[in-house]
Amino acid sequence: MESMASAAIFYGVAALVLGSALYVVVGKNLVHSAFALVAAFFGVAVFYVYLGADFLAGAQVLIYVGGILTLLLFGVMLTNQIYNLNLRSGAIQVVPGALSAGLVFALLVWIIQSVDWGAMDAGDPGPTSESIGRLLVGDYLLPFEIASVLLLIALMGAAMLVRRRGSGSS
Amino acid sequence: MITRFRQIEMRLMGPLTMIPIVLLLVILGTIAALPVVATILSELVADFVPPALQHLTIVVLGTAGFVGILALNPIYSIWLERKVAAHVQDRLGPMRVGWHGLLQSFADGVKLMFKEDLVPRDADRVLFGAAPMLAVASAFAAFAIVPWGVREDGTVLAVANLNIGVLYFIAITSLGALAVLMAGWGSNNKYALYGGMRAAAQMVSYEIPTAILVLVVVAQVGSLSIPDIVNAQAGGILGVGDWLIFQLFPLNLIAFVLFFICGLAETNRTPFDIPEAESELVAGFHTEYSGMRFAFFFLAEYGNMLLVSMLAALLFLGGWIGPFGSNPLLFFVKGFGLVVVQMWLRWTLPRLRVDQLMGICWKYVIPISFFLLVVTTVIKGLL
Repeated sequence: MESMASAAIFYGVAALVLGSALYVVVGKNLVHSAFALVAAFFGVAVFYVYLGADFLAGAQVLIYVGGILTLLLFGVMLTNQIYNLNLRSGAIQVVPGALSAGLVFALLVWIIQSVDWGAMDAGDPGPTSESIGRLLVGDYLLPFEIASVLLLIALMGAAMLVRRRGSGSS
Repeated sequence: MITRFRQIEMRLMGPLTMIPIVLLLVILGTIAALPVVATILSELVADFVPPALQHLTIVVLGTAGFVGILALNPIYSIWLERKVAAHVQDRLGPMRVGWHGLLQSFADGVKLMFKEDLVPRDADRVLFGAAPMLAVASAFAAFAIVPWGVREDGTVLAVANLNIGVLYFIAITSLGALAVLMAGWGSNNKYALYGGMRAAAQMVSYEIPTAILVLVVVAQVGSLSIPDIVNAQAGGILGVGDWLIFQLFPLNLIAFVLFFICGLAETNRTPFDIPEAESELVAGFHTEYSGMRFAFFFLAEYGNMLLVSMLAALLFLGGWIGPFGSNPLLFFVKGFGLVVVQMWLRWTLPRLRVDQLMGICWKYVIPISFFLLVVTTVIKGLL
């Protein structure tokens, strides 16, 4: 009973993610596409919950939906002449496109099939935040710090790029 | 000169004349919280509920309780807001409908339901319709993690006792900004768009200090789970002494005040209500909304006010812990009390300008909260 309900929710969310992701690509309305991306990101967070990755699900909603998408919407809404924008989303170069997409798909299937995922027993997975924290400031401290320094550089670079040259010495 | 003093006196003393009305609000809030009270009663008769169904009972009754609170909350909150405003301004406020105008909001609610549901001709109909739903959904969904008490045997009374409670809170409330942007864009109205952009900029900016201040609490307690944070505040003098706000004095007091300020800003309340500044933007992002859709935005706004107040009460004021032992009613009193403080501030302070608002956030609140995080973490590490 419970597994059936959870399977129904899973397939519903999967349909939502795929449908909205498809709309992001083929949609003619830029703002609608941006909002469709919200549904896609949110659905992915639901998948994280299904995998027992509670912290990751929260972070996904916080960073992608709350942060990145809001900024993206700002960008879209500040776009010049957005109302009469003629988005071209027709199909060109069908054969190379289909070929490369098929190759990527085959590669993904091969990887998913061949990797030992270390699947755990079904059941209630425990809390993950503590072990994530220990790993981040323990075993993986260096990659974590490199990533944060990289982000800092990106931030400073962005601030540098938008600074008006020659307008005051400050 | 005398009138000036009179004005200042009214601003400060006005809310004090509200004490009987505040007591009434607590009673009303308790009535609205009846399903929650029913859960507590069901604890007393826990012997009659089979153990397997106890968790389900808490979830079902808790959901019903919070949905009831959220649906009734705007009705008595708006009445209270008008009363607070009136008393601050030396007026009486609504007096005609019911005792001291108590039924005024019911009358207004019925009126809103029968109002014509207008959609502007050039509006983006999909986004225009979806925005109020998203606003209400994000406000309601966040209440799932608000615990309201703990049982003798340690079972937490909450719809969802998440291990990552505070992270969920920060994540879900960020959806509100999207709803406001959606409404502002969907209305196809320049005032609505300006209001939506302002609101989103404000919410995104103030999310940063909110998250850092939550981290200040998390770093001291060592858990992201809200019941754990509350339980860490138990004990102390009179059951009050170990509330987080009194620990590491005055660091946590500052953190609490900043958290409350950020809460005001995230719910777009005065002095941070520039997204709906009447004198500049008509009504901001809900300029084009009428009838039930408009009511939905109010539902979301008052729901968010209550949510922020309850979170502040849980994180800093000990939640259900107090002088009389642990009591869910105490938690509701604290939550609604902070809502009254929000209203008091709204009718006392003038509105900020956009640049002042951003200046406060980026130049003062964020650096101070980073400082608090570093200092509390270092002290915690040394102890």
